[in-house]
Amino acid sequence: MAKPMEKITWQELEAGSVVTEIGNAREYETGSWRSERPVVEASQCIKCGVCWLFCPDACIVRASDGHFEADLTYCKGCGICAKECPVGCITMIAEEG
Amino acid sequence: MDKFSVFSSRLVEKSENFTSGHRACQGCAEALAVRHVMKALGRDTIVAMSTGCMEIISSPLPLTSWRVPWIHNAFENSAAVISGCESGIKAMMRKGKIPAKKINFVAMGGDGATADIGMGALSGALERGHDMVYICYDNEAYMNTGIQRSSSTPYGASTTTSPAGKASIGQHTQKKNMAQIAVAHNIPYVATACSSFPFDLMEKVKSAAETPGAAYVHVLSVCPTGWRIPTQDAIKYGRLAVDSCVFPLYEVIEGKYRLSYKPYKKLALTEYLKGQGRFRHLTDKEIQLIQQRVDKDYERILRLSEEEE
Repeated sequence: MAKPMEKITWQELEAGSVVTEIGNAREYETGSWRSERPVVEASQCIKCGVCWLFCPDACIVRASDGHFEADLTYCKGCGICAKECPVGCITMIAEEG
Repeated sequence: MDKFSVFSSRLVEKSENFTSGHRACQGCAEALAVRHVMKALGRDTIVAMSTGCMEIISSPLPLTSWRVPWIHNAFENSAAVISGCESGIKAMMRKGKIPAKKINFVAMGGDGATADIGMGALSGALERGHDMVYICYDNEAYMNTGIQRSSSTPYGASTTTSPAGKASIGQHTQKKNMAQIAVAHNIPYVATACSSFPFDLMEKVKSAAETPGAAYVHVLSVCPTGWRIPTQDAIKYGRLAVDSCVFPLYEVIEGKYRLSYKPYKKLALTEYLKGQGRFRHLTDKEIQLIQQRVDKDYERILRLSEEEE
């Protein structure tokens, strides 16, 4: 999507409103919805990937040293990762400002 | 299939065919179920999706969350559309217009699209025996438009069109058992699954896609908004539904029942009901009635699966 959403006019849409770009919803940053953010204590992380498996927004990514952390561009702050983490190394912290 | 097996999560497909940036509510286990299903199916998939939560949140016009060919159709006809896709592509392969390869044809719908509005089209597609998979994401009401009751809403649940109060218990009819209706079509593969048991869900979707002929998978998707539970408990309530035998996980292969998961200790129904806002008005007497019904249904599934062993 070359243009921001609100700049697109109806003439520029494909016939039948077909979207020709795959997976371009990644341009929409759902992270702005968040009121709490997950913080991972990397030293306690056992790198099991449960948080990654249970994230509805597929926003958990693997850091270079192997532990998992949330990509805050997409994280909506539901808290599933913190609840499901078997060692409890994820805490939800209120967003401020 | 309990929490243990979760630890082999690094064997799961890494690519996301249902990307981030979709607009599902916080903690939506239905979006999670779609994500698991798309991991299991892979790239060679064509999806037809009925109107519903998952359609609205994944395709606001200039954007799409899908990395596979995806067709949006009206509420009632996703099964008919995917039947047409399957027949058309089969003909094109036969005529040599496109290279022959295995493609998964998948129709998806919510419980409203499956159990209420699209029932006729689904029944027709199952009866014709197209090589397709129908996946129903059952969140037990029309959540997208604001929690209206569907025929899949369980007895006693309070929704905006079946509100609980002095004169009403909430939903006063029993939940329609779609998996059993699919079994009655004598199709080769029927399964029930839940996104709180991701490995079981992915295995079942893979089996359904590999089965020649029509297959039906019924996925219980917890909806924190409509069930009135905290967002972080979405996975927990899926587990409780299975452990309290409200939603037994089983598969029916060529008419043979197999129970996929038997709880070590069957939980009391109150464990499942007590935290949910939609059931909070129920009295002990009413819960007792629901418990009897749950026990009866579970014993039936148990008996059918034991007969096969």
